[in-house]
Amino acid sequence: MRANRLSDRITRRGLFSAAAVASAGIAIPRRAVAADAKPDPVITEVQDWQRVLGDGVDKRPYGAPSKFEQHVIRRHVSWLTAAPESAANFTPLHELDGIITPSGLCFERHHSGIAEIDPTKHRLMINGLVEKPLVFTMDDIRRMPRTSRICFLECAANTGMEWRGAQLNGCQFTHGMIHNVMYTGVPLKVLLEEAGLRRNAKWLMLEGGDAAGMNRSLPVEKALNDVMLAFAMNGEALRPEQGYPLRAVVPGWEGNLWVKWLRRIEVGDKPWAAREETARYTDLLADGRARQYTFVMDAKSVVTNPSPQAPLKYRGRNVLSGFAWSGRGAIKRVDVSLDGGRNWKTARLDQPVLDKSMTRFYLDFDWNGEELLLQSRAMDSSGYVQPGKSELRRIRGINSVYHNNAIQTWLVRGNGEAENVELG
Amino acid sequence: MSSWARYVGAGIVAVVLAHAAAGAAEKPKMGLGRQALPEEIAAWDIDVKPDGSGLPPGRGTVKQGEEIYLARCASCHGEFGQGAGRWPALAGGQGSLKADRPNKTIGSFWPAAAPLFDYTRRTMPWGNARSLTADETYAVVAFLLNLNDIVADDFELNEKNLASTRMPNAAGFFADDRETSERQFWNRKPCMKNCRGTPHITGRAGDANLTPDTKSGPKVE
Repeated sequence: MRANRLSDRITRRGLFSAAAVASAGIAIPRRAVAADAKPDPVITEVQDWQRVLGDGVDKRPYGAPSKFEQHVIRRHVSWLTAAPESAANFTPLHELDGIITPSGLCFERHHSGIAEIDPTKHRLMINGLVEKPLVFTMDDIRRMPRTSRICFLECAANTGMEWRGAQLNGCQFTHGMIHNVMYTGVPLKVLLEEAGLRRNAKWLMLEGGDAAGMNRSLPVEKALNDVMLAFAMNGEALRPEQGYPLRAVVPGWEGNLWVKWLRRIEVGDKPWAAREETARYTDLLADGRARQYTFVMDAKSVVTNPSPQAPLKYRGRNVLSGFAWSGRGAIKRVDVSLDGGRNWKTARLDQPVLDKSMTRFYLDFDWNGEELLLQSRAMDSSGYVQPGKSELRRIRGINSVYHNNAIQTWLVRGNGEAENVELG
Repeated sequence: MSSWARYVGAGIVAVVLAHAAAGAAEKPKMGLGRQALPEEIAAWDIDVKPDGSGLPPGRGTVKQGEEIYLARCASCHGEFGQGAGRWPALAGGQGSLKADRPNKTIGSFWPAAAPLFDYTRRTMPWGNARSLTADETYAVVAFLLNLNDIVADDFELNEKNLASTRMPNAAGFFADDRETSERQFWNRKPCMKNCRGTPHITGRAGDANLTPDTKSGPKVE
């Protein structure tokens, strides 16, 4: 009785009752022991791991996940890019819990591969419109006032393949160019004040030390507000693929600005119009003009479970879960629809709910094998409400590549399989 | 006081005073880092601004650029800049920005010419960055501009005439205006009940067949 409470509510809406027929094969939870029940051998028989010694302490000097979790990896879509050194892969969002992305699962995006930099040979230079151009070693930076902060990094092109319609079957591929990490480093303001900004200093150019030398323009105002130069993530040194030994952290703004392997900051009075802020990372609209310097990531959310890579396996009680985030502040509310946006329920936000951080939401529900059309809708502290796909396309067209934050739909069939779908 | 304590103390004082005196020209310093030497700045300061400042002295012709391009660039970008496989096209596409499938190239999309030098110098040839001389870089950029019908066949590019080279899509960009043009997404009261008619599925990722094998078929128990 209890197991069907919520699904009863769903089916009373009369939307999906026909689909319930297609539910053959899904386990129905047993509340009482059946008459023919056999004892569970993993309980009644002594298992190997209960008998023999396991690895000693130094066998795994740097720990790794269980061998039973080997499927939990970043994945690459080979047709998207020309070569793996100039490509992106995707965070397995459907395998995560809580709000922190483990360092080894944080999606990668490189323009010329991973630079492997000896930290004793890394230098940061600040030049341009400063009182005194300076060079810092990593040791210098580690002697400066330090702070930590949890925030999300989302690639501007996350969900970029979905502008024309449902393309990739899995939230890892549609939404996985994001991660959420606790960074430790020095506020950029501290370094800029050490060099001394001249009065006409309005823009910075951040430049990477890799073979792309990637460069982006950043307003001084943002730099002085909350930008950090990080040397640590999740409690340890940055991973090479995340910019070891030093990267920019630009909370709430598109990932391309978070220059990795950061070697130089030039101070200027105007933006540079670099390749990555003209030919790329600009948003082409239907009228043929392109929006430029679209730094902020709009509020967005996605249901990660269930989703195409994480089908429903049981009738009865289930946990619907997902992420919401906004570059404009904290997540205030997430609504979830099980019927394609006809009716919505407010999800439970799990703590902590932090400014410019991914936020975890849950909706505990009972499922009776009926077809579901799952959606989530995020609202942030600026009052922004995540738009639907058609609303966003009406303004942006379908060729802007970047900043697709529209509401995602998953179809869940009677057998528990899920698929990325578009609704009309 | 130990030197360690002096540094920490000085750092704290510097930060406190820096906050108190925000905006003032002179701020107490931590004394960390050292002055960058002119040779060091010259070695690393390779960026070029849209007005051409930062360009090194040098020159290169379309003809010289064609030779370098065919030897060092064409394998990825195509003999005529048309692109190869997933490598980007560098030429063509002019007038296509409103089309169903825009072709965003140097000629059709880039708003300024000087950043082309900046990018080529810092990143290209891909996998052997920083290997072109200033003259070679001018020559390759001249050839790319010629491929896009922006300069004539006999053009010679140098640090004086690059920034003033007018790009066809120079007026094609505008600053982020989402907070006004997308104002409708703010401060609305989201509908909770009977918000739309019965939804119909109009597209499926399964039909697109583009997803890598995820071995995630449902294990129904």
